[in-house]
Amino acid sequence: MARRDRLSGNEAVAEALRQINPDVFPAFPITPSTEIPQYFASFVANGKVDTEFIPVESEHSSMSAAIGASAAGARALTATSSCGLAFMWEELYIAASNRLPLALALVNRALSGPININCDHSDSMGARDSGWIQMYAENNQEAYDNMIQAFRISEHKDVKLPIMICQDGFITSHAVENIELLEDEEVRSFVGEYKPENYLLNPECPMSVGPYSVTDYYMEAKRNQAEGMKHAQQVVLDVANEFAGLSGRKYGLFEAYRLEDADRAVVMIGSAAGTTKDAIDRLREKGEKVGLLKIRLYRPFPAEAIAEALKNVKAIAIMDRAEGYSDHGGPLGADVMAALFRAKSTALATNIIYGLGGRDVRVEDMEQVFKDLQTMIVQNDAGDTYRYMGLRE
Amino acid sequence: MTADISKLGLKTKWQDLTEGMIIAGSGTSAEFMTGEWSSIKPVFIEENCKQCLLCVPVCPDSCIPVHDKKRTEFDYDHCKGCGICVKACPFGAITMEGVN
Repeated sequence: MARRDRLSGNEAVAEALRQINPDVFPAFPITPSTEIPQYFASFVANGKVDTEFIPVESEHSSMSAAIGASAAGARALTATSSCGLAFMWEELYIAASNRLPLALALVNRALSGPININCDHSDSMGARDSGWIQMYAENNQEAYDNMIQAFRISEHKDVKLPIMICQDGFITSHAVENIELLEDEEVRSFVGEYKPENYLLNPECPMSVGPYSVTDYYMEAKRNQAEGMKHAQQVVLDVANEFAGLSGRKYGLFEAYRLEDADRAVVMIGSAAGTTKDAIDRLREKGEKVGLLKIRLYRPFPAEAIAEALKNVKAIAIMDRAEGYSDHGGPLGADVMAALFRAKSTALATNIIYGLGGRDVRVEDMEQVFKDLQTMIVQNDAGDTYRYMGLRE
Repeated sequence: MTADISKLGLKTKWQDLTEGMIIAGSGTSAEFMTGEWSSIKPVFIEENCKQCLLCVPVCPDSCIPVHDKKRTEFDYDHCKGCGICVKACPFGAITMEGVN
């Protein structure tokens, strides 16, 4: 039986973690993710979970401790934001290359500088090539649901990679929304017990983790690592199917919203997708054929499926909540454009940087984006393919 | 995926490496044939050897076996060809192929 509640995104993720009851949770606080370990610490203090909660002195240490715990055979995770993620840089690659299942509850926040505590995706986008699976949420419900599914994906025998469960700082992490929660028993049986094949604390078979690889092995090791990522898409879909059976809520690699007959589409990640849906509903009432492709799984990047979903669209705006400083657009723009190119798409596409450092995104802003796409179609020209939205200029 | 370290070598394909390069089991370094990394090898000239054993402790890979207080032939399965033993020998009893 599902329970209805009203929770902030951080509360929702902490509640999911209480239900999962992981083995080890090392953490160091940073806005806006601080509440996740804070709520969880109260669960530990009140005996609601069996978790070993480790207050460490930095994010470098929280990720290191999570890695050590995972290698030891424990189900482990940590939480962070922004500069905290940046301070985990080295460890992110260690976790992925050692094929260690673990989770990171990431609450997206702008990277310095200028120093800023509000939402954009510059932190996780910087980690997009670290070998982690990355999954993003539009709202609190999705943040909760993704967290419940995280360990099933990460620990799957064909994947064995760490997973980042991302939500938008303050916009979802601190906003309270109605949410539907699963019962504790449902979550525990869905997530199951973690039984690694090899682990450090196995007295029957000790193991070495992270050995040196000379040039003769390194490249084969990296290709071997890529194999886990190749399996992740199918595992994400399988786990989502099973989750739908449990919760009634369906998830895929991305959400296509009113996209079937659309001639114009927005591709984006995160909470602004909700705003975009409102804009789409307004424009659809006027008979305009507009739609949205909201990325859920960003790493691995489901390029073929995205290109297929966009095959009938004439104009596309790819929205990046992070600068790439390539002087060519943002990271999502580069990935989607490459996917379209490989699929021999003839759609007109532009890349728009928006919402940096918590800059508000209004329904009217997104209506304007669709209007700009219409102009591109009329002029049969994508115009500037690297633009900013909501910028004073 | 192989967990048998003795089967790892320079010709091992990526498919045959362990996931995350983990090594399951302990004391496995003896089974890992690092000798194939070497491009040059030491040669033991037994008639010049006084059995002073100065070469034995300087070998970083413990590749000079000692039996009955006498050094024996090199362990080429693990010798990486660093040549430190050549420098340690006062009697010219070790040379490197291609190196004096």
